[in-house]
Amino acid sequence: MTTTTPQVASRWSRFRGSYLLYSFKRDLIAQVSLVVFIALVAVAVLAPWLAPMDPYDLAQIDIMASELPPFWVDGSDPAYLMGTDSQGRDLLSTILYGARVSLIIGFGAVALQAMLGVSFGLLAGYLGGRVDAFLMRLADIQLSFSTLMVAIVVGALVKAAFGGATFSAYAVPLLVLIIGLAEWPQYARTVRASVLAERHKEYVDAARVMGFTSRRIMFRHILPNTLSPIFVISTVQVANAIISEAALSFLGLGMPETQPSLGSLIKSGFDYLQSGSWWITLVPGLVLVVLVLVINLLGDWLRDVLNPRLYKG
Amino acid sequence: MSATAQAYSQAQAPAPGQASETASPLLEIRGVEKHFSLSGDFLEQLKFKRGKIVREQKYVHAINGVDLDIQRGEALCVVGESGCGKSTVARTVMGLLHPSSGEIRYDGQRIDDLSHKALMPYRRRMQMIFQNPYASLNPRMTIQQTLEEPIRLHHPDWSAQRVKQQVAEVMASVGIAADWGGRYGHEFSGGQRQRIAIARALAVDPEFIVADEPISALDVSIQAQVLNLLMEAQQQRNLTYLFITHDLAVVEHFGTRVAVMYLGRVCEVAPTATLFARPRHPYTQALMSAIPRLEDDRPQHIRLEGEVPTPVNLPSGCVFHGRCPYANERCRREIPTLIATDDGGQVACHAVEEGRIA
Amino acid sequence: MALLDVNQLDVRFALRRGDVKALRDVSFSLERGERLGIVGESGAGKSVAAFSLLNLIAKPGYIAGGSIHFDGRDLTQMSDRALRHVRGHRMSMIFQDPMMTLNPVLSIGDQMVECLKAHRRISTREARAIALRKLEQVQIPSPSARLDQYPHELSGGMRQRVIIAIALLLDPDIIIADEPTTALDVTIQAEIMALLLELCEKHNVGLILITHDLGVVSQVTQRMLVMYAGRVIEQGPTREIINDPQHPYTQGLINALPQMATPGSRLNQIPGSMPSLDNLPSGCAFHPRCGFVERADGSTRRACIDEVPDFVTSGNCQAACHMVAEMLERERIPAEEIR
Repeated sequence: MTTTTPQVASRWSRFRGSYLLYSFKRDLIAQVSLVVFIALVAVAVLAPWLAPMDPYDLAQIDIMASELPPFWVDGSDPAYLMGTDSQGRDLLSTILYGARVSLIIGFGAVALQAMLGVSFGLLAGYLGGRVDAFLMRLADIQLSFSTLMVAIVVGALVKAAFGGATFSAYAVPLLVLIIGLAEWPQYARTVRASVLAERHKEYVDAARVMGFTSRRIMFRHILPNTLSPIFVISTVQVANAIISEAALSFLGLGMPETQPSLGSLIKSGFDYLQSGSWWITLVPGLVLVVLVLVINLLGDWLRDVLNPRLYKG
Repeated sequence: MSATAQAYSQAQAPAPGQASETASPLLEIRGVEKHFSLSGDFLEQLKFKRGKIVREQKYVHAINGVDLDIQRGEALCVVGESGCGKSTVARTVMGLLHPSSGEIRYDGQRIDDLSHKALMPYRRRMQMIFQNPYASLNPRMTIQQTLEEPIRLHHPDWSAQRVKQQVAEVMASVGIAADWGGRYGHEFSGGQRQRIAIARALAVDPEFIVADEPISALDVSIQAQVLNLLMEAQQQRNLTYLFITHDLAVVEHFGTRVAVMYLGRVCEVAPTATLFARPRHPYTQALMSAIPRLEDDRPQHIRLEGEVPTPVNLPSGCVFHGRCPYANERCRREIPTLIATDDGGQVACHAVEEGRIA
Repeated sequence: MALLDVNQLDVRFALRRGDVKALRDVSFSLERGERLGIVGESGAGKSVAAFSLLNLIAKPGYIAGGSIHFDGRDLTQMSDRALRHVRGHRMSMIFQDPMMTLNPVLSIGDQMVECLKAHRRISTREARAIALRKLEQVQIPSPSARLDQYPHELSGGMRQRVIIAIALLLDPDIIIADEPTTALDVTIQAEIMALLLELCEKHNVGLILITHDLGVVSQVTQRMLVMYAGRVIEQGPTREIINDPQHPYTQGLINALPQMATPGSRLNQIPGSMPSLDNLPSGCAFHPRCGFVERADGSTRRACIDEVPDFVTSGNCQAACHMVAEMLERERIPAEEIR
């Protein structure tokens, strides 16, 4: 007896024939969004090589060149394409670095949310009973604290225990922690709902009858079948996390101005809005809007493709 | 009917009723009950009544005291209408549900209270085939993965080569082409998927298979294919079946013995030929008269009054008394137990016991 | 002319890979008060046939050709307004799932009254009286109490009775029942079928019964069609087809039933499965599964593989099969020689 002779479609040809690609090809908005998103991510990742200046390097900052307008406004300096901020940092470079910080925090926070939320959601949905009740009440409690509350509490604790300098030094991981902790219930609820739907399907019973452990059934059998809603919610959550980070930074609870994210840049320019230096706020603000918009548009498209019934219903 | 009954007894030389006296049964179900709570958790059970807080619990009585023996090598068919508890029996036997009371013994060993680890050897010997072939295969696993997984679990010491060989053998034995392995379940039709599900059950060389309505979701021409496959597997591997179905025509063809269930109780157990030649319980008679047969020009069923009561508030006495044309005071009061009949079966009916039904 | 006359009906679904032919060349007729069964497995196109009779096919489906003459008028050419009149008054439909017809938030009585008032100019009181009479006809216990109940308060069998009452509400000429008892238990199924049969006979209503259950068809209908892969492959009086099927597929379907084999022996299975409609075999769609093709001689075999068979008449039945055509041909020659 010969073993299997796989005359099977490869992953690539499977993908090429898939509905995912088919609908992507027909959706102009999704295509444009993906291009813009990839471009933004690329320039943010490559910021250290692309940016004309290093905004973190104090030696490169010229305080005399502060509040210069972008190139299309009178009085601009061709060395500073997008103008400079109040401390004389090149705005273009600062935005590139800031977008990088925003994206790192956004994706980092979502990774943490997903880890917590998916495990809790799986446990709650599969085990049910008391575990379910406990975890879901925990989620309710977590949701009743806004992200802001968590940020204030964590920020105050860290600052009180280790001092403000420590907080600034570890601002990125701390913000990942804060936003990750604050929003895992979204994941947990989505995952739990799909686990509840999957758990009663016969393939799960079949795995139980075989004698597989609960852990293996949860991760090997159920989890792969709940990936579609996880993908969809992930895109929305990345956008949300970036906005949360911007909001926290704008309120002074996030990134310090020496290491600005898009949010803290907007804030740093806010004081100068009245005095005519509108670009310090407006340009990073525009970048933030475009970034969040394209992620949300991609998320919408993905939701329609992967799960038309669940959300439209 | 009697012609088929005769043909039947010719086909199966030793009468199954006699075999049961010599050998000990493979599976024993003893007084098993299963209730599902309808009332939610503790806080939801508290009700405010007449100025007092009382704890109120409601149950669905899915099965109420089922006793069944399954002999080695036989196919015991459990029939009944929806809600009679036949699927609950199957799921309880397989450990997917815990019985509320009663015992399940496999090969003499009580298995319903074993730990996950202690149960593992029985998991290999007992397998299950499900009703819905569209839901019983994991959509994210290839056929090869689906079939390899249980073998790896139960034979961790086998080499990859040996596992592959076992998969290839089992695929060949259920008529699956070897090149299906890399494909996913959704690429196949219902009948093909059911073959794959059967292959998965057979992959670990079980001796006992619980089949819960395995052909109900399939088309007529495919039903015959799957039924043939199950019978071939039984002959080749000397399997024992617990076969759950609502289709009496299938039972007549497939079953060695039949148990008829109504509202969580077994009302009649008998060798297939006996049951079809002479159904004793009034419910069995009604059920058999309701099968639409090709030779009929008009429906010729026994009309029952009313409908099946809900399993939440069970009727007192015999659960069938509300619809039974023979019911009397005793039926309303006293729960009938299974008593042996002269032709090798068992019936739970006061009217039969008292000779009110011929 | 028959009450309902379907002629070469062709129904397609426009999908992204191109058109899928759901029904091809379907022709049949129904006399007043006649009961017709349409039998086939899933994917045979029997439900599409039912829906297209009322011109109820939803997009992307459309009627690509043929005609449906009802009482002399072609339904495929009718205006929506005229069609609605036919649907309500002259033909009504019973679905497999009662909840497709019943609105869960309206009481049974309200739904029946609404339906009556939409089609007739009568008072609510009169409408309720008619509704009550119809519920009595379908032998529901305590019918007046049922009028104020909601669908979820009724059992599956009761709901299906209510559906039959609604279908009879406007005294239609034809009832189309699409697998009306598939979701029900056998004892309930037997009662619903007996009721449907009794009502159709009493009121001289035509019935088109769509089902996969040959037993039900033999009990209830006078004539039957067998469908396979979107085509009618055999039609004739029910009793004759069941006792002596001509088409190999019909033979296979009947022989595959457990009651046709000795208990415990192997069932006569048909190999393979129904082809999907977007990938039909050439010639006779059944030829890859047909046991006779292998044994046929060269020319007939080629015909099976290459040519779509036409109907040949054998007694009162018609079958679309090259093998049957050839056998009839062979029988005819000696018969003529004797003469």
